[in-house]
Amino acid sequence: MENIYLTIVLAPLLGSIVAGFFGGRIGRAGAHWVTILGVGLSCLLSLYVLKGFVDGSLPVFDGAVYTWMVSGGIQFEIGFLVDQLTALMMAVVTFVSLMVHIYTIGYMADDEHNWPKGSLAGKNSYQRFFSYISLFTFSMLMLVMSNNFLQLFFGWEAVGLVSYLLIGFWSVRETAIFANLKAFLVNRVGDFGFILGIAAVAMYFHSLDYREVFALAPQLANVQIQVWGDTSWSLMTTIGVLLFIGAMGKSAQVPLHVWLPDSMEGPTPISALIHAATMVTAGIFMVARMSPLYELSETALSFIMVIGATTAFFMGLIGLVQNDIKRVVAYSTLSQLGYMITALGASAYAAGIFHLMTHAFFKALLFLAAGSVIIAMHHDQDIRNMGGLRKYLPITWITFLLGSLALIGFPGFSGFFSKDAIIEAVHLSQVGGSGYASILLTLGVFVTALYSFRLYFLVFHGQERMDEHTRHHLHETPAVVWVPLVLLAIPSVFIGWLSVEAVLFGDWFKGVILVAPHHDVLAQMGAGYHGQAGFVLHGMLALPFWLAMGGLALAWYIYMVNPAIAAYLMVRFGTLYRILDGKYGFDQMNMALFAGGSRGLGKLFWKTGDQQLIDGTLINGSAQGVGWIAERLRTIQTGYLYHYAIAMILGLVVLLTVFVTF
Amino acid sequence: MIELSDYLMLGGVLFAISVAGIFINRKNLIVLLMCIELMLLAVNTNFIAFSHFLGDMSGQIFVFFILTVAAAEAAIGLAILVVLFRNRRTIDVEDLDALKG
Amino acid sequence: MQSAIPVLSLSIWLPIIGGLFVLASGDKVPGISRWTALGFSILTFLISLLLWTGFESDTAQMQFVEHATWIPGINAWYYLGVDGISMPLIVLTTFITILVVIAGWEVIQYKPSQYLAAFLMMEGVMIGVFSALDAVLFYVFWEAMLIPMFIIIGVWGGPNRVYATIKFFLYTFFGSVFMLVALIYMYFKSGSYSILDFQQLPLSLTEQVWIFLAFLAAFAVKVPMWPVHTWLPDAHVEAPTGGSVILAAIMLKIGGYGFLRFSLPITPDASATLDWLIIAMSLIAVVYIGFVALVQQDMKKLIAYSSIAHMGFVTLGFFIVFAIFNRPEAVGGAVLGMAGGMVQMVSHGFISAAMFLCVGVLYDRLHSREISTYGGVIHTMPVFGALMVFFAMANAGLPGTSGFVGEFMVILASFQADFWYAFLAATTLILGAAYTLWMVKRVVYGPVTSDQVAGLRDANGRELLVLGTLAVAVVALGVWPEPLVEVMDASIQHLAQHIAVSKLAAAPAAVAALP
Repeated sequence: MENIYLTIVLAPLLGSIVAGFFGGRIGRAGAHWVTILGVGLSCLLSLYVLKGFVDGSLPVFDGAVYTWMVSGGIQFEIGFLVDQLTALMMAVVTFVSLMVHIYTIGYMADDEHNWPKGSLAGKNSYQRFFSYISLFTFSMLMLVMSNNFLQLFFGWEAVGLVSYLLIGFWSVRETAIFANLKAFLVNRVGDFGFILGIAAVAMYFHSLDYREVFALAPQLANVQIQVWGDTSWSLMTTIGVLLFIGAMGKSAQVPLHVWLPDSMEGPTPISALIHAATMVTAGIFMVARMSPLYELSETALSFIMVIGATTAFFMGLIGLVQNDIKRVVAYSTLSQLGYMITALGASAYAAGIFHLMTHAFFKALLFLAAGSVIIAMHHDQDIRNMGGLRKYLPITWITFLLGSLALIGFPGFSGFFSKDAIIEAVHLSQVGGSGYASILLTLGVFVTALYSFRLYFLVFHGQERMDEHTRHHLHETPAVVWVPLVLLAIPSVFIGWLSVEAVLFGDWFKGVILVAPHHDVLAQMGAGYHGQAGFVLHGMLALPFWLAMGGLALAWYIYMVNPAIAAYLMVRFGTLYRILDGKYGFDQMNMALFAGGSRGLGKLFWKTGDQQLIDGTLINGSAQGVGWIAERLRTIQTGYLYHYAIAMILGLVVLLTVFVTF
Repeated sequence: MIELSDYLMLGGVLFAISVAGIFINRKNLIVLLMCIELMLLAVNTNFIAFSHFLGDMSGQIFVFFILTVAAAEAAIGLAILVVLFRNRRTIDVEDLDALKG
Repeated sequence: MQSAIPVLSLSIWLPIIGGLFVLASGDKVPGISRWTALGFSILTFLISLLLWTGFESDTAQMQFVEHATWIPGINAWYYLGVDGISMPLIVLTTFITILVVIAGWEVIQYKPSQYLAAFLMMEGVMIGVFSALDAVLFYVFWEAMLIPMFIIIGVWGGPNRVYATIKFFLYTFFGSVFMLVALIYMYFKSGSYSILDFQQLPLSLTEQVWIFLAFLAAFAVKVPMWPVHTWLPDAHVEAPTGGSVILAAIMLKIGGYGFLRFSLPITPDASATLDWLIIAMSLIAVVYIGFVALVQQDMKKLIAYSSIAHMGFVTLGFFIVFAIFNRPEAVGGAVLGMAGGMVQMVSHGFISAAMFLCVGVLYDRLHSREISTYGGVIHTMPVFGALMVFFAMANAGLPGTSGFVGEFMVILASFQADFWYAFLAATTLILGAAYTLWMVKRVVYGPVTSDQVAGLRDANGRELLVLGTLAVAVVALGVWPEPLVEVMDASIQHLAQHIAVSKLAAAPAAVAALP
């Protein structure tokens, strides 16, 4: 089995290396074929592995590939842990990645227009792009398949690297290279917590191997660590919160969410793959993987839940006022990530992972469909210039609609099962902050429906607001673009129905995700579960469904029936609008406080500390001191022979006196 | 009878005169050279006196060495003096302060 | 153990003799001196590889020992030997020297033979520093090392080179004189100049503190640690590319090596008493210098400051051990921290060398080190740009590159010493990325800013060879550090055990805390 797992990981890496280093030689077709073959192979094998776990023919694999290093009594290894959770993630990652690879052929076909004339970096940009997304697939697989914290951190940072490279892919754009630096640094803030969490694990568990750590965790549940004087924190809470800070960076939770909307500067395929379907869900995966640790700290769970719910609701609100098609979807992603995180806080790890999976499909679909619209609109992303596109882009239109319905949780669609399960689980949860979270999540459903269908109506229905030239050239995008849409639309619609029973209420995650009995909200829900149809019917009677319908109807009324009301509302609620449009001021605060503050501090240290105090006073000061003394002493040296002679005589006299007397 | 102490006295007086000449003289470099010669002479007097009274000839041998060195020194010193005068047009001690710090 | 072939002597004297040959070849036909220098540097590297292949990694004993009469009057011997701490640094030295010779190939047009000879001789002397086991011999090599560097910066340096050289020389010389006093004092106590005898020499706490401070003066300047670091940015800015590379990659390591070879084993109790001082200086180096690096306008200064911050990790890793001894729940952190410091030194040797070479590539073309001169380099130099981004990532400590390994080990170990040490040390994750990538953003990315940049030509084969070799080394060490860690493990464990035992009469209980 190990060879299969190695192949799954290394095939994309190989493709990436070939496309990256020999891109110029193998040409465009060569590059996309080699990477697609690599990822395709990896996808096929992942599906095979998933099937093996579904029918129970595959055992859980946990083994080392090689020893990275042995030092200080800790064995650092690179190895794989493949169980149900991993198999699911592998399938999702490689499938979405494969779709995105195919889609990219169409999306990046005329990439040379994005580069200035004569730019050598633009020459092989097509090949380079394929190399990067394959490298991303490799990194993401390393992350999910890891059996230890070290490799987890490797994957964690490696996906961050690829994200950095891809957001700044069009490196000629100032906004893009600003966004990628921002993304990397904000992620590093998260990693700062993450690495401290790993250090805590290494210190107390003497191992970084999941199996050993999880086995030892219950014994250390009540350990306190001394932090400052007599202040002490619970070990599990410390580890949990520190690791979660990493997840907050990667999964873009408040207040480390600021990088994700800006990351839309990258090409759309990577927005779909990295910034919606896979990388940003790494934090959710990580917390679920660490469930044996998180279950031991209620404080950490509360913290997670509050952060998640805050993100889910307040980031959704911002989505209401965005006019860039990709940014609306980006804020929707933030909000949905908040849902997943909240589920984790409620110990409904399975629900979080379930939503992760459904979301990966429908959000990748939405992004790719948005990309299709953008291609058709000649890279105009402003929804105020769209409208009525359904005539010109029928397949994009249908798939986008299906994705939107899945997103708002329309009964029967995949998103419905996952989102409903989360809301229900949070409602049942007893962890501190669950009341707050429950209210925000429920209201969030309304907001989700509102911004989703605002986007949908503005783009595909109503007046055609584009200029004549653009409209003249509007037509459905090529097959490489729409085929992935269709392929993604299928799981977006059906995957929920198919898998809800096994994933949420069955024993799919048994022995993989550990839930303490008094936290087990999903088991409570499972008691009342009687098949998918019953779940759908039950959902249609509950509040979230009616809120979603309300949001949909309101969007329809505002943007289809009475468009004037949108402008009126904008004026009427001017303050609210400005707050939302300013994204609550996070960006300004970060720029002023952290970016400006660090530079100010740096200037202070440099000019005052280094140049004035150390160099000026100490170093050049002592040099000047020596100079000053020498200046005084030199006057003794008159240069006159008779002065020297008399000094000699006097010296002789003094010495003789000394010798004679003593 | 002339005692050893008388010779030593003479040597001491000569030496003192020469030393005083070195640092009181501020005018002429030639006087300086003469003072150095005088100093050597004072030492020679002491050597001879000791040699005579102690009956050891090596003191007188030493005097020959010193006289030779003194002659050579005078020659070199005067040569330097001539070159110095050519270059600076003066042999005034007050003007020679190249070693000033 | 005595070795059959005098590998160490060969590694020391071969490049020095080679330097004389190169010097004698003159500048009439520069090709001769270049090829001679390359030949000798490669030969030395191959010989030093014998050290690696013949090394027995399961013992902390000195290996490849050579012992010959030198100055019997003061009982000073020509005494050489290596253990797992010095051997990797010697191989690093010979490796980097080859790259420096290649990097200066066509770039140095002014007296190339003397330039290359200076580097070869410095290589020999630096190997001497790493392999000397006699304190007098060590001191001679230690001071001799300054001379070639003094000449390299002073002759081939930038406009303000005289100030920089004198500052460099006086700073380092000032520190090492105190070390000489300490060495002589210990000679009077022990009657021997052998470093291994010094390590066994019983000393009272007061003596230890004074000796420790004397060593600190020498090594802290060399590392350099805050607040005696200000010579480094000046020296780097003025030095030619090759000089910067050697300075950053090897010479700084000599300070760290000194801590491991002298300060810790000779004065363990003083180290334990004064460890807070070193830890504070190291953490200030990481945080304070990180902020300073952020606002630099000159690429070389920025990298120089980043070197100081990275070397802060080295000293931090070395001196957290005593705090770890005091925590019963911390197991193995002492070894982890010291090994981490060592790995960080080797890794920094690769990465800082690569970063300075990258700046050198740009400087050779436009003769400016200012960040603002550049912008959009990727459009005219895509291959070079990719390499520079790669090395920047390594500098920022990305996992999978060597820059990560040392930082990771030290952060893990410092957490065992104190949460807040780890907290402050881990800020490098943010600061390191901020200053390095911000520079990359302004230099490599963006639209082409000027006609000068538009006229740039991509790195040529020679430059790619040098940078590519370093890239391979960085990745190899990052993906599989075990070979390096294994080589030094026995020596570091031995050292940890040694310093856990107090030299004072009363033996503390710290021994038990070791694995």
